[in-house]
Amino acid sequence: MKERIQLTVNGEVHDIVVDGNKTLMEVLREDLRLTGTKHGCELGECGTCTVLLDGEPVLSCLLLALDAEDSKIGTVEGLAAGSAPHELQIAFGELGASQCGYCSPGMLVSAAALLRDNPAPKREEIRDYLAGNLCRCTGYLKILEAIELAADRVSERRAAGETSPEHRIPARPAAEHGPDLEPIEGKRGSA
Amino acid sequence: MSDRHKLNVIGTPAAKVDGLTKSTGQEIYADDIDLPKMLFGKMLGAIVPHARIVSIDTSKAAALPGVKAIITGDDMPRKYGILPVSEDEYPLETDRVRFVGDPVAAVAAVDEATAEEAVRLIEVEYEELPTAFDIDEGLAPVAEEARIHDYGPRDNVHKLVNLHFGDVEGAIERADTVHEGVYFYSGNNHLAMEEHSAVAQYGADGRLTVWSSTQTPHYVHKAMAKVLDMPASRIRIVATPNGGGFGGKSDPFPHEFCAAKLSMESGRPVKITLTREEVFYMHRGRHPVLMWLRTGHDDQGHITALDFKSFVDGGSYGSYGVASTYYTGALQTVTYKIPNYRFRGVRVFTNKPACGPKRGHGTPQPRYALEIHLDKVAEKLGLDPVRMRRSMLVDEYTMTANHMRVTSCGLDECLAKIAEAADFERVRGTLPYGKGIGVAVGSYLSGAGLPIYWNKMPHTSVDLKVDRGGGVCAKCMEIDIGQGSNSVLAMTVAEVLGLTPDDVQLVVSDTDTTPIDLGSYSSRVTFMMGNAAKEAAEKIRDMLVAAVAEKLGLNATELVLRHRRVEHHGTGEGMRFAEAVPIAEAMFGQLSSTGSYTPPRLAGPYKGSGVGPSPAYSYSAAAVLVDVDPETGIVTPERVWMAHDVGRAVNPMLVEGQVEGSVYMALGEILMEEQVFRNGLHKIPSMLEYKSPTFLEMPPVETFIVESIDGEGPFGAKEVGQGPLLPMPPAVANAVYDAVGVRIDELPITPEKVMAALADKEKGGPGRFGPGGVPEVDFGEVLAVDPVWYDQPPEDWIPTVRRGEES
Repeated sequence: MKERIQLTVNGEVHDIVVDGNKTLMEVLREDLRLTGTKHGCELGECGTCTVLLDGEPVLSCLLLALDAEDSKIGTVEGLAAGSAPHELQIAFGELGASQCGYCSPGMLVSAAALLRDNPAPKREEIRDYLAGNLCRCTGYLKILEAIELAADRVSERRAAGETSPEHRIPARPAAEHGPDLEPIEGKRGSA
Repeated sequence: MSDRHKLNVIGTPAAKVDGLTKSTGQEIYADDIDLPKMLFGKMLGAIVPHARIVSIDTSKAAALPGVKAIITGDDMPRKYGILPVSEDEYPLETDRVRFVGDPVAAVAAVDEATAEEAVRLIEVEYEELPTAFDIDEGLAPVAEEARIHDYGPRDNVHKLVNLHFGDVEGAIERADTVHEGVYFYSGNNHLAMEEHSAVAQYGADGRLTVWSSTQTPHYVHKAMAKVLDMPASRIRIVATPNGGGFGGKSDPFPHEFCAAKLSMESGRPVKITLTREEVFYMHRGRHPVLMWLRTGHDDQGHITALDFKSFVDGGSYGSYGVASTYYTGALQTVTYKIPNYRFRGVRVFTNKPACGPKRGHGTPQPRYALEIHLDKVAEKLGLDPVRMRRSMLVDEYTMTANHMRVTSCGLDECLAKIAEAADFERVRGTLPYGKGIGVAVGSYLSGAGLPIYWNKMPHTSVDLKVDRGGGVCAKCMEIDIGQGSNSVLAMTVAEVLGLTPDDVQLVVSDTDTTPIDLGSYSSRVTFMMGNAAKEAAEKIRDMLVAAVAEKLGLNATELVLRHRRVEHHGTGEGMRFAEAVPIAEAMFGQLSSTGSYTPPRLAGPYKGSGVGPSPAYSYSAAAVLVDVDPETGIVTPERVWMAHDVGRAVNPMLVEGQVEGSVYMALGEILMEEQVFRNGLHKIPSMLEYKSPTFLEMPPVETFIVESIDGEGPFGAKEVGQGPLLPMPPAVANAVYDAVGVRIDELPITPEKVMAALADKEKGGPGRFGPGGVPEVDFGEVLAVDPVWYDQPPEDWIPTVRRGEES
């Protein structure tokens, strides 16, 4: 059954016709060609397909695209502000937190949501928050270090008077960049 | 080293050259490829573990709208296999299936759902055959028609090895003490995050291109030509960045051939991506190995003889199995002096997914047995386990009894480092009940000394091309599977040419456009490709230096390349790299070069000696602190200290990453990961039920990089991708014993096993969980080989470059 739906991804609105039984992960990758979002199990086990739904990390392989219609979806492609990578992406690259890189998109969007809610997380808090994202290369340690480095840099900038990493790129209207990362009213949903 | 020879890039912790590409989601993995008119392929796997195929009826599937091509075994009736000695697979089996999941047919359709529906409509009639599911069943006599394969010495025995170096029986008789033990190492899964995927495109020009998540594009190229009966010159294999490999993408796989054939049949590109469940059946996991060993020791604990037997559960096909079997006996000798050594091994076929190489390939299993065994011996002799080990380490630049050439060896320093960091001597024995500390060591190849198929050609080559703008392009068939080989290539070229890694453009892993590299297996890339890249870059360097020397009237021998300049090492007189390039091109023509690397001839004078030799061995030592809850049996690793002799750390940050990743992967194998089958059916083919460590299970790791500066490695470098896994399983097992006094001689160390051993101990038993014994096996005729001993190098001693002698 084909359905006509409207998906808002990384601030862009897409009018598309998709099979009603397609998951959000499939629609993102196959219909919108946003292949940054990966899949490792298609059963909600590995976390690499994590995207943000109204700012909260969800497993896009367990969600029908139809059910995401009224939400703002954020993927790894939306973390960067234009050609300027997100602080987390820079830190992942810098510290070798991406080895094969296949888990990185899911890790990154989860970590972005964490830093939004908790700008200076303790290592234990990062571990708890990301426990649903598997990585087979790094042993997780470089990922922890990268998230901590990114958090430190964001904090430093805030201390210097800037309010968020997005504001580094003043030419870009806030609405156009990363609406998925804007603070959301209410408490965190479950991933 | 004078400032003139100072390394500017090598040895620097630097971001991976492809780090940002990966962290921004821009990397294109195989399944991300989408070509115009592309079809989706699906394979049909057998639903029985061992059967004759009576008939296959594809008519209903063919009638399904949207189906564009269907193939069965008869469409590709040529066998392949990664090793020439065991080419025993068809992409789609023709007359017999050997494990649940063995592919028998494949479909290409307009979308994945249609392809899935189509394979369900294919009717296969099977006539079931007797099965073998474990080592004992694999060793049992079986009727000729019920054998899993029609080759091998007998029944379902695939391979027998019986090697004897020196006089084990005599040495055992003369030994002060003799110790014996039995161990079992379970099979487990690479569980790379990316599922295997391939896209094939057969064009109107008669050329076939296959993009595949493979660690070995060259071997896929060879196999593809054979199976499709096409000239290799018409086939292009492009290895896409692997979303993790760990050995699980090292064989040519059915889905690669099927995608190719379906594309040829349909005239359209075809993608086949395995589901996670299919990966659990198709990947070539670690071999389950049952082991028996006996050692003789003098009163200092020094080993006077080692007698070792391996019983290898191979699964349904040969794969790398012959090599794996030899590997279970090859590297015991490269850590300790062992003057007399006997290795007997058997690999059996069973009706389960075929096993192959996983990180450490065949060596973690015997290392587990040996290092626990030595812990037991040290205790019986009242010796400190670190001191005992340090008193019998191999010397540098020697040979082992089984003819393995050892060059640089930093193992003693590794042991010293971890013992000091963990305060081992003081801590051990003083920890409260439930806390324990253990140590172990390991060693691994820096690349297999011999190629998989016999030839005298280079194992790797790097082409460099410098453009007039000063850009350098490095081409090599190496494939980055996450280990950082792209960065190693860029850093090596940048070092020699005085550039930064960012200045080097890479073209990699493409059989059409890049020169040979045999693949990302056996931890060979840094050592071998690094040497080739260095040689190629030195040729360009020499041309630039000659040109600049002539232009400026300087002495060429006094010029160096550094900081993007070609300049006098003392005065700095010279010019920018980009300015030097056109001058050199005017003098020499296009600035291109090739560097190659072929290891020295390392094989010993006996059959089977081709497995184990490496141009250099890495060494590791680990100490682990664990908590064992005697109420639940839960083992929690709390701290890990790992020292690794990497020769030279090309990029210390990436070295650390490999150490941490190895520790992590080992912890999974030790504590939870195990492939379990029931009647050939995988019991837990999912990432949820096949448990692997999450963030929460990963302890802190303190890494010590030991640099022995190998004489033959590029800038002295050796491997790091696999070696640090090896000491972890036994170190944890030894720590568990230190914590609660029970021996778990069978991986994984689950709470159930700990509880069973504790209960056994409570009842006055030995407090051990592990196999009770090993089967009686006729290993065939013994191949007796004169041992080479470390202080008597043979006359044909392979010329060895010692450190400091390198150019």
